[in-house]
Amino acid sequence: MGLTIADLKKGEQGIITDSSSKNIPLKLLEMGCLPGNRVKLLQLAPFSDPMYLNINDSYLAIRKETAAQIIIEKTNE
Amino acid sequence: MSKQLNVALIGNPNTGKTSVFNALTGLNQKVGNYPGITVDKKQGVCRLSRGVKAHVLDLPGTYSLNASSLDENVVIELLLNKKDKDYPDVAVIVSDVENLKRNLLLFTQVKDLKIPTILVINMSDVMTRKGISLDIDILEQKLHTKIALVSTRKNSGIQELKTLIENYKNLSTQNCLDTSTIDPAYFDRLKIAFPNQDLYKLWLVITQDVNFGKITRQELDVSKFKTKSSSELKRLQQKEAIKRYQFINNVLKEGQNIDRSKARDLRSKLDKILIHKVWGYVIFFIILLAIFQAIYDWATFPMDLIDTTFAGLAEWVKTAFPNGGKVTDLVAEGIVSGIGGIVIFIPQIAFLFLFISILEESGYMSRVVFLMDRIMRRFGLSGKSLVPLISGTACAIPAVMATRNIENWKERLITILVTPFTTCSARLPVYLIIIALVIPEGYIFGLSYQALTLMLLYLIGFAMAVLSAYVLDRVMTTNRKTFFVVEMPNYKLPLLKNVCITVFEKTKTFVLEAGKIILAISIILWVLASYGPGQKFKNAETIVANEFSDSSATDLDDRVAAYKLEHSYIGLIGKTIEPAIKPLGYDWKIGIGLVASFAAREVFVGTLATIYSVGSANENESIDTIKTKMSNETYADGSKVFTFASGISLLLFYAFAMQCMSTLAIVKRETKSWKWPILQLIGMSIIAYLCALIAFQILK
Repeated sequence: MGLTIADLKKGEQGIITDSSSKNIPLKLLEMGCLPGNRVKLLQLAPFSDPMYLNINDSYLAIRKETAAQIIIEKTNE
Repeated sequence: MSKQLNVALIGNPNTGKTSVFNALTGLNQKVGNYPGITVDKKQGVCRLSRGVKAHVLDLPGTYSLNASSLDENVVIELLLNKKDKDYPDVAVIVSDVENLKRNLLLFTQVKDLKIPTILVINMSDVMTRKGISLDIDILEQKLHTKIALVSTRKNSGIQELKTLIENYKNLSTQNCLDTSTIDPAYFDRLKIAFPNQDLYKLWLVITQDVNFGKITRQELDVSKFKTKSSSELKRLQQKEAIKRYQFINNVLKEGQNIDRSKARDLRSKLDKILIHKVWGYVIFFIILLAIFQAIYDWATFPMDLIDTTFAGLAEWVKTAFPNGGKVTDLVAEGIVSGIGGIVIFIPQIAFLFLFISILEESGYMSRVVFLMDRIMRRFGLSGKSLVPLISGTACAIPAVMATRNIENWKERLITILVTPFTTCSARLPVYLIIIALVIPEGYIFGLSYQALTLMLLYLIGFAMAVLSAYVLDRVMTTNRKTFFVVEMPNYKLPLLKNVCITVFEKTKTFVLEAGKIILAISIILWVLASYGPGQKFKNAETIVANEFSDSSATDLDDRVAAYKLEHSYIGLIGKTIEPAIKPLGYDWKIGIGLVASFAAREVFVGTLATIYSVGSANENESIDTIKTKMSNETYADGSKVFTFASGISLLLFYAFAMQCMSTLAIVKRETKSWKWPILQLIGMSIIAYLCALIAFQILK
């Protein structure tokens, strides 16, 4: 419970379960950051921030503070 | 004349929208401004068959119709305003075959506005390489549209697209998502309140105010409608996005097949190196170094050529029209050297825009944003500030405009305020000539001292930008949340045609815009230098003749000219400020250059050219190049004006001073207040003065 994208390690994947926090910009939602979609952590910048992700087949970078608002369930490939 | 056919190109960033625009219009395009705002408005003419012409508008890239920036707002305002003269008869949505799913979100939104819509699937040439196959018939049927498979790289599909545009009347305007399914109760209420309006349009107008701000040209007044709280509206928008993706996923399930095992993954291989925690930074630094070396070395040859050509031209004017008197002087010394001062910029500006557009087009720029965000944030900036700071090396004006995609207002404001510290191309001629004067020639590790000095100046500019950002970040308080979303596009080999058009357009705009100012100032300066108040200027000949009665004729002429310049209007200005700039190591002639530079710094070299060619009265001597003239310039006691100390002091002054009226005007426009540009002007001038003062006092 309470796992977020910020908890993923490099190469790990998850399924988004909740992205309704008001701190998540609409733009990110429209780029596919929605419940049910897959997310994979591809790479981290130094100090683990920002995070380079693949969400719903889109390649994006977001900051850790935003990533920590997106609730996920971890999955294995 | 028949009604013109309006085409709007709409699409996500990084989909090759501009390539499609270039393919459709070729060089029949022009870049203007939307009224009242500084968003570039790119439009062009496309010849369809049978002599039919289409007016094509390349709208700013956007991920959705829900605007989160000024650029994106342009798109929604146009599409909601049927009365706009650019309102499209047909919308062409450009999508990238690799990101079809995400690109289709915008497609469904535009389609739901009941505008006839064509879908362009671009970069179709990589389909097999990426293991993607599409069933176009099914996609067309499910999306109620016509599809053009285009490859701007292979130049295929453009003719098909033109045919589709021409036959736009056959397109269906069936919507993709029934808006009322987002929240039936809410939309029923809306329907009752506005029975004659399109629901989706209403919904956009209502939510637009939530996301961004008032739609200025809206036809609908929804203010009386009791709507929901903004957080509830956002929940509905999320629901809308989910519904749209459901629709898209259903379409793609049947129409698209991706065999991932076939995909060759260039992205992850390159990413491994280019955003590596160590190598990523090393590579970025090497790229910057290479760019500066190239600008310095490669541009020297064409610049020397331009320099000598214009010197020759001015000489030719003087010999060809010896009896022209003042007019010949004005043409040779004011206009020709003024134009020369503009044209000499072209090689370097072109090189800079060349590199910037290659970095952008290849997808590398986003990696730099990713690498630098954390570091930049320590200084109150964003990774996205790096693009303005790097574009600032071309010109601060587009750079300030490029801050628009920084979502956070405070980060954006700080970026705007510090961007003018970066070394813009207008500083280059000043740097180049002073470096050539005071830095010795020689090489270390294959890099010339002069190129290294130039690089150092760029670094100092960045350092001062970052430092002042840090201070501003401490001083300013804000409670707005920060957002940061960067798309990491695929790596692409930049298209030569796109790069060339960008370089050409930007250079042209810069030369014309800056050129007008430079030319005007050159002429004003010439007038100020050729006339003077009072008896001293008028009777220069007699005064000098009395004073130096034993001199030879040529010597006397020189003295007269120098005396005249000293007592001309401009000489008086220079003399007046001399006490203030003396501690920095400048004489009154440099002072004149500084005064002129507050309009635009690129004027400096041209000003000195005007002043020194006015000062050299010997008619038989060939008009020498400016550099030689400056290095021969001495004080009354015979010591050189341009020494190492005064040179470094001048370099630092130009590195930090805010000397560009156009930038101040843009900052005013972008921040909607005079407060920020005035703060910028005062702050930067103080920093420049102090740094130059300290440098000169230590080095002299």
